[in-house]
This record gives sequence, structure tokens and C-alpha cells, in this order.
Amino acid sequence: MAIATESTVMNNVEAVRSTLYEALKTDDRTVILGEDVGARGNVFLITKGFLEEFGESRIIDTPLAEASIVGVAIGMAMEGLRPIAEIQFADFIYPAFNQIVGEAAKTRYRSNGDYTCPLVIRTPYGGGVRGALSHSVSIEALFYHVPGLKIVAPSFPADIKGLLNAAIDDPDPVLFLEHKKTYRMVKGDVPSGHYTIPIGKADIKHPGDKLTVVSYGLYVHQAIEAAKTLAADGMSVEVIDLRSIRPMDRTTILASVRKTHKLLIVHEDNKFGGVGAEIAAMVAEDAFFELDAPIRRLCGPDVPAMGYAAPLEAAFMISTTRMAEAMREMVRF
Amino acid sequence: MATTITMPQLGETVTEGTVAQWLKKPGDSIEKYEAFVEVSTDKVNAEVPSPVTGILREIICKEGETVATGAPIAIIDEIGAVPSGASAPAAPQAESASHAPSDAPSPAGAKIASVTSATVPSVGNGRTSMNGGARHGFTNDPDVLRRFSPAVRKLARVHDLDVSSVRGTGHNGRVTIDDVLAAATIVQAPQPDIARAVVPTTVAPPSGTSTYGSPIPGTLVPLSPARKIIAKRMVESLANAPHAWTMVEVDVTNVWAWRGAAKTRFQNDKGYALTLLPFFMYAVVQALKLHPLLNAKFTDDGIVVHCEINIGIAVGLDSNLMVPVIRDADSLSIGGLAVAAGKIIARARAGKLGPDELGGGTFTVNNTGANGSVLSKPIINGGQAGIVTMEAVVKRPVVINDAIAIRSMMNVCLSLDHRVIDGTIANAFLGDVKKRLEAMGPSGDL
Repeated sequence: MAIATESTVMNNVEAVRSTLYEALKTDDRTVILGEDVGARGNVFLITKGFLEEFGESRIIDTPLAEASIVGVAIGMAMEGLRPIAEIQFADFIYPAFNQIVGEAAKTRYRSNGDYTCPLVIRTPYGGGVRGALSHSVSIEALFYHVPGLKIVAPSFPADIKGLLNAAIDDPDPVLFLEHKKTYRMVKGDVPSGHYTIPIGKADIKHPGDKLTVVSYGLYVHQAIEAAKTLAADGMSVEVIDLRSIRPMDRTTILASVRKTHKLLIVHEDNKFGGVGAEIAAMVAEDAFFELDAPIRRLCGPDVPAMGYAAPLEAAFMISTTRMAEAMREMVRF
Repeated sequence: MATTITMPQLGETVTEGTVAQWLKKPGDSIEKYEAFVEVSTDKVNAEVPSPVTGILREIICKEGETVATGAPIAIIDEIGAVPSGASAPAAPQAESASHAPSDAPSPAGAKIASVTSATVPSVGNGRTSMNGGARHGFTNDPDVLRRFSPAVRKLARVHDLDVSSVRGTGHNGRVTIDDVLAAATIVQAPQPDIARAVVPTTVAPPSGTSTYGSPIPGTLVPLSPARKIIAKRMVESLANAPHAWTMVEVDVTNVWAWRGAAKTRFQNDKGYALTLLPFFMYAVVQALKLHPLLNAKFTDDGIVVHCEINIGIAVGLDSNLMVPVIRDADSLSIGGLAVAAGKIIARARAGKLGPDELGGGTFTVNNTGANGSVLSKPIINGGQAGIVTMEAVVKRPVVINDAIAIRSMMNVCLSLDHRVIDGTIANAFLGDVKKRLEAMGPSGDL
């Protein structure tokens, strides 16, 4: 990452928007396609004004057909464009599953390296915004099993810029997940100028030495808050922001667990077969003799969806207080 | 009845809004559903309808001001309201929906400010068994808690401790990794008997029980055998060897950073602390190879230059000074020196050194900086050509290329037997130690 001399305070929407804008400005091959990305300017106004400035051939309003969005983007990518496809909400990605998993992820392998698929698929995910059954889902676990697909989920503006640039530069498909609750909630300094953050590199957002907490997305922000409340009581907790889900940063996680000897994984997605399962297995395999407590996962419940009713949503989401409680129990164990 | 109007949430992800324009002035009457203020967010501009009929009493938020959703922006005195204990709606209701963008997840109504977690009774607390078992807690089964975690067992083996004898301070008396570390420290460094040391002299008048470890004013501290030997050798060395003294300043910023980055991993992997000492010893050993006259001894027949490099480490104990020796120190890496030094210092503190571990030294290193010293004038260990100290690492402004930088600096002092070597060689040796330490950095090999 370049050392920037200047920076601007942005929220996460502005970070996505300005990074996309620069990509469109600096590389004619960049194309954005998806539902309502043109005239409407995206439902979160991320691409507002892009159609007017860059025209219909580069900002493409598509029909409500996710398989086509990704399928068309794959063709563009294989033939030399740099498409950034948008799935309006992660909940709508299922029709495109075959295109992503069966086609994009296998392009390089199938063609013996003759073709690559430099495709970015952006999509807002996650709940806590009263989005109900079709606007709250976390999809990372459905895709992180797939070799050939990279998945990133940054939730700080500076990370979003660096990783979105890296995703656009990447010669292979990258699923770029944006937690919608952080869109306007999270603000931070974003360095000026073009820079990338390597895909596959986690970031220690709050250093500590008595417990390692691994999270990503919205919950990183809550975990940092919780860690601060524990710090006031003299309990030192390290919060790792995974940033990239696949490839996963084994080095940072293992080094932290070797230091703290305890691991808590927090994610919004449901527990069974979630990202936390892989992290727990990796630590058990590679750092078993460093563990001073059972690994724990604090995750969403194994229910079909996040309900619209406020009590149902509250029951699904993990509050900062509950995170702090779990951390306290682990530190004291 | 007064109704407080709050900043509405215009869109799922919107957290704040700006008052763009007040459409009414204080004192103006407002019909229910009549737009009375225009609010802008980065997503949308919207006219906000009044939830009540009344008179605008007070504008709290001025035009151009940005506040969080849910923050009060105005107060309207409601006309015709039935005064009651029930509070009025806190925010414009669904009507603003017609102005809000159709955020896909949004139900057909604008949000009442902060309708989420804050105002919703949380079922998350107290009934959370569905969420990944967050609150079911750790086991209380005594049989399970009597078992030891992998990390505890590994660390106990490194420190040669019987875990079952360690007092547990964790969950229900579980032995934690910190408990093992604490127990290991006690075994390695027996603390002076504090109870006895603080006995007031008025209660315990001077008697024959005074020792070097706990001297009682007014009594004679008898000489232990070790004290006698130390006294004799110090006098001999100072009397026989004409001591000269010199010092260099070393910039240890990079090696200090290297040590900082590597120490936790090293401690976990090897079970011994990674201090600055092994880095320093490594530099000294390499410099001794280049300047063999420092690794020598004066005799009347001539100067004996040693084949081996055996480094003594001065270890200060409560009542004693010991200089255990790491043999063939030139065969060890920095990491190897750290382990060897860690082992031998622990054994010295535990009083477990054998005679073969105390003799045969050819040169001595003294970590005086560990106690905060920045400059010292050590006495040479008899029969050697010199003794070198590493003083405290101190951050200081330093001039580099005509710019002032803050660097971690360490003084290195050398007492030398002037019969064996002169200033030229001594300073060449020290300069070499300095050069080697300053060249070390995080990319090096432990």
C-alpha cells in the first residue's frame, strides 16, 4: 500500500463510489453492469451520475436476470474487458450461482490458462437494517468452498478502496461483498491516489494478547467496541479483521493465536459450515498445542432467514454487549 | 402537548440528515401531513410532513446543520391533543415514504427514527441458545476442568513443572497458561523472604541473624564463601591488570525492532525470552573472531590467545554475583545463544550451576542496562583481556545526514587489560561490535 500524503474522510458508500469512478476514468475497459446501476444510479446511489458521464456502453442497466448479468460479464472479461457486475442484493445472487461457480471460477483451469476471467462481482450483503428475508442474507459460506473464486468483505473505507482496486486488477473472478449496514454508518480516512491492498491479507484492527477475535464485516466494528470495553477492565483482546475470506490469511490468524492462546470467531452468517468452521479447523490442525481454551464461535442462528419483525431480527443479530460477554468469559477461562 | 420532531431516517442505510430548509417559522401553524421542513441526505432530498396539527414552537436544528437520525430537530405544540401519559409519535410517520427513494429492502414506509435495536425489546439477552451457543458458557464439569489444555501441558514441559501442583486461577480453578508462567517464575527466581525482610527493627533488635540478602543495620554481615571469593578476585584483578576504559554509542533501533517483532513467537516456540542479550553476544562473538587479542590472557611468559570463545555472562543475584559460561559461543546462532543464555541464567538464579558451568570463560559480557545503567566501568574477570557491557537502550535525538532523528541508542563500555591490548585494537573491536549491531534488522535470521 502506498504511503499517501493526503486523505479524505469518506463513508463506505463514498469509498466504493469513488473507487469505481477512478476505475472508469483511468481504464476504458472498465464496464459496470447490473440492475438499476444506470438511470437509477444504484439503489444506494453508488453509481449515480455514471451513466451520464460514461454512457450506455459502459454503464449498462440489465434486465432482472442475475444469471445473464454474470454470464454476460464473464464473456466480457474473457475477451478483454474489465467488467464490474453488480448483484443488487446478495439475496438475489442464487440464479447466477451456476455462472459464478460453474463458469467463472473454472475458466482459467478449463482453458488450461488460455483464458482468465478478470471479473468483479459486487454485492451488498448482511442484515440489521430491517431488510427481512430478501435483503439480509450473508452468502459467503455458499461460495468460499469453491476453488478459483476469491472472496473479500472489507468494511472500512480505506480497506474498501484498496481491495476493490486489487479486485479490479486481479486476473481472476473476485466476489466483492459490502455489508450494507456499514454503508453510511462507517466513516474513515481514505488515502488519496491509487493503491491496492493484497487480497488474502487480514488486518489487526485492535491489538491485544489475551484473546484473539476473528471477524469480518459489520461485526468487526462491534468487536472493536467490545474489545475497548474489556480494555477498560484490563483485559487485552486482539481483533483481527479478516478482510479477505478466500484466500484466508492463515499467517496472521495463527501468529495471533500463538500469542493469545485463545480464539473466538464472530460472524453474522449462520454457524453450521460457516467461515468460522474453516478457521476453527485450521487452528486446531496447525496450532493445537498453543490452545489454552476451546475455540468458540459466536454466529448467526441456524434458521432459514432473518425475520422482518424487530424481535426476530434482534435475535439473529449479535449485539456488542453479547460479544463483550463472550470475550470476557474467554479471557477469564 | 408538545411533540418533539426527530430527524427521520430516509433510507435503509442512512444514519444522518441535513436540514436543507425550514418551510415554516416558529409561531406558524401546521396542518397534520403538511410539509414543514426539507431534509437532505446523501441519498435523497425530502419534504417531511408533520405528524400532528399544531404550532411550530421551536426550531432546534438550524438550516445546513447535519444531525444523526433520531436527533430532535423541532418542537410542535399540538392543538386539540388529548393530554395523556402516552407520548406522541416521536417522528414523522409513513407519509414521508412518498418522498423517500425506493430502497429495495424498505417496506412501504419511511422509518420512524431509530426503530431498530434501541426501541425493540431484545430477546437476544437471556434467551440466546440459538445463536451459536454464545452464552451456554464453558463446562463446569470438575473432571474436565482437572484436565490441562494443550498449551498448558506444552509450557509446563518446557519449564519442567508438574502441572498438578500449580494453583489454578481460571474458570472454576482451571490452570491457565498464565498460572504456569507464574509458577515457572517462582521456581526460577526464589523471592527473598519478604515477611522477614520487613520485620521492623524496633520489634527485632539487632542480632546475629543479619545476612547479605537482608542486612540489619548495626550488625555485622558475615562473609559467605562466595562473597569472600568475589572480594578476593576483584582486588586481584584491579591490582594486577591495568584497567583502561572506552565506550561507543550504538544505534540499536533496527535490532530492537527485530527483537520486538520476533520475541513473542520465540518465547512460544522455544520457551525462553528473546532479550537483546543474544543479539549483543552474537555481535561480540563475531568481533572476537576478528580481533583474537581480546579473547586472550596475559601471562609473564607471553599472551595466551584462546582457541575457544567461551562467553561469561555476569548474573547479579540477591547476595551474589555469578558468571556462568556459554562454551563455544561462536558455534551458536542468535537464537541458539538466546536459549543457551536463558537456560544458564535460570540455572544460576536457581542455584543449580555446576563448577564446569562457571569456569573456562575467555571473555565476559555484562548486561548492566537491564538495571537501567547507561554507563559503567566494569572490573575485568581475572585472567581475561576485557569485559564489555551493554547499557540501557534509550531513545535519543541523533543527527543523521544533517537531520535530527529519534533513535534507540545504547552505550557499550569496554574495560580492557592494557597489558594485552592498546586503545587502537580495543576501539577497532568496539567499532566492529557497533557495526554488526547496527547492521542487524528484521530481515535477519535468528
